[in-house]
Amino acid sequence: MSLHAGGYSADPRIRWIESLPWVIAMGAFFLLPEYLSLGARILIYILYALSLDLIVGYAGIITLGHSAYFGLGAYVAGILAAKAGISDPMLQLAAAAVAGALLGISTGAIILRTKALTLLMLTLAITSVLLEIANKASTLTGGADGLSGVVVAPVLGLFKFDMFGKTAYLYCLFVLLLGWWLVRRLIYSPFGTSLTGVRENSLRMHAIGAPVYWRLVLVYTLSATIAGVAGGLITQTNQFVGLNVLSFESAGELLVMLILGGVGRIYGAFVGPVVYLIAQDLLAKQFPEYWYFGIGTLLVLVVMFARGGVLGILDRVLVKLRRKR
Amino acid sequence: MEAFFASLVSVAFHGAALGMILYVISVGLSVTMGLMGFANLAHGVFAMAGGYVLTTAISRFGVPFPLALALAFAFVAAASVVLERLLYSRLYTASDLEQVLFTIGLIFIAVAVARFIYGTLQQPVVLPDYLKGQFSLLGRDFPTYRVFIIVFSAVLVALLWFGVERTRWGAMVRAAVDNRAMAQSVGINTKRLFTLTFALGSGLAGLGGGLGADIIAIQPTYPFENLVYFLVVVSVGGLGSLRGPFVAALLIGIADTACKYWLPQYGAFPIYVATIAILLWRPAGLFGRHA
Repeated sequence: MSLHAGGYSADPRIRWIESLPWVIAMGAFFLLPEYLSLGARILIYILYALSLDLIVGYAGIITLGHSAYFGLGAYVAGILAAKAGISDPMLQLAAAAVAGALLGISTGAIILRTKALTLLMLTLAITSVLLEIANKASTLTGGADGLSGVVVAPVLGLFKFDMFGKTAYLYCLFVLLLGWWLVRRLIYSPFGTSLTGVRENSLRMHAIGAPVYWRLVLVYTLSATIAGVAGGLITQTNQFVGLNVLSFESAGELLVMLILGGVGRIYGAFVGPVVYLIAQDLLAKQFPEYWYFGIGTLLVLVVMFARGGVLGILDRVLVKLRRKR
Repeated sequence: MEAFFASLVSVAFHGAALGMILYVISVGLSVTMGLMGFANLAHGVFAMAGGYVLTTAISRFGVPFPLALALAFAFVAAASVVLERLLYSRLYTASDLEQVLFTIGLIFIAVAVARFIYGTLQQPVVLPDYLKGQFSLLGRDFPTYRVFIIVFSAVLVALLWFGVERTRWGAMVRAAVDNRAMAQSVGINTKRLFTLTFALGSGLAGLGGGLGADIIAIQPTYPFENLVYFLVVVSVGGLGSLRGPFVAALLIGIADTACKYWLPQYGAFPIYVATIAILLWRPAGLFGRHA
């Protein structure tokens, strides 16, 4: 699928260029202090996109319902903070992760027995069920008005969430670093290679004796866990949860971000949210009609002409430059 | 007891009207998905377009209702041929992911265009006088328009089934659904068949969207909001079949109406849970042949 898809042929050592996202992130922290809340949002969506890339890009599971796990994480963290009086951010995040994992393994074990349209439909139906629950159980979730009054204590009892979003930004960056490390380790492991194998030809993977179903359930659960954490983070930074975390549009937007950056490669999940969310911040408020029109057109164009997204285009340019030399 | 019976009749009646609309909209999706294996999430766009054509034709140009219905069909069918030839046909061999993304892109575009032209408000439907009011049958009153929807759709369904089961074109479609490569090798022009079938399916969606504009509100978010319903009909019914989606659409129409009537506090929750249960029990749908 791409040069950096991971697996047996790739060198698992960290290349110098892989420090680039972190250098940029720290640079943005010092140079663009007024954009830190947008920055934290981008970091969270990168983590969320990474979790989606793991199943869509590497394992080849197409889902329209990944917002179920993100939304569940967001609501679990939010309900703990606003209703149960648990204000420690680490505890909230751990609960969001556990919730994501539990829903991931229970739904994954069921739906991964199916394929193609049925699988797509089931992911959509599961998200719709959660959305309906969140909408109707308004004593717990706030329903359509959203859940406010989310209280988040200082991180480790030391770093208070300030109004400029400095703590939130660094906190999200740290969690993203952990998530990135986990995903990267996973992709370059034999397990990651076998996932790529399932994506490319699941019949052959069955034939060589790989436990295809269990591998898919495992990666689905891991992905759901990470998405749950990302959901918990969005609750903590916004101190509010709305129904939109569970909506089909949000799952669709996430897919757009991932495809924009490049599917099936770790750094596609980094590039996509940056491009998408910055463009959204600049354009969407002024021209909402044009924004969706532009996103739709972009999506059609990417599928038609630029499979592989921004990084795919970059790859081709680099290959051409090297040939010329 | 009498009150309960009355509500039972009312739920069955309104549910049947909704189910008929869902079927007319979704049957094309079932056939095109079965025929081409194309995951067309943008099918609701055609239904929405039909709704807009109908409401615009009536309220802005004063076109009579039957002609407006025909226009909705013709306009959407023609537009879908252009889309199919220009865009869809290039992606028949693409992966599921690419088809899904492409059609989501189409939905985004359609939502933006609809909002740009018509604004976010729901489009009002102006019905002709002869379709307003009540229709009494066996001592009960039924809204005339719903009766019209059920009768009209039933005729349409009968025509469609006759077309697919008894005509040469229908035989070719069935052959291509069963085995595309084989159909092609015995001399069926599958490319042209795809285009024609796609146009018919989209046209029906447009017709359904227009016909049901009174039941399923025509507004820019239509393709997003109703996508789940269309997909449920197709996946529960089974791909490529005509009968399956019919049963599924009626079940969903009636179940949805019943839930809204008796269990409004649960919303669409029971429908989704039932869908999940059915798909787990029969992953290929109630009448699907391919596992």
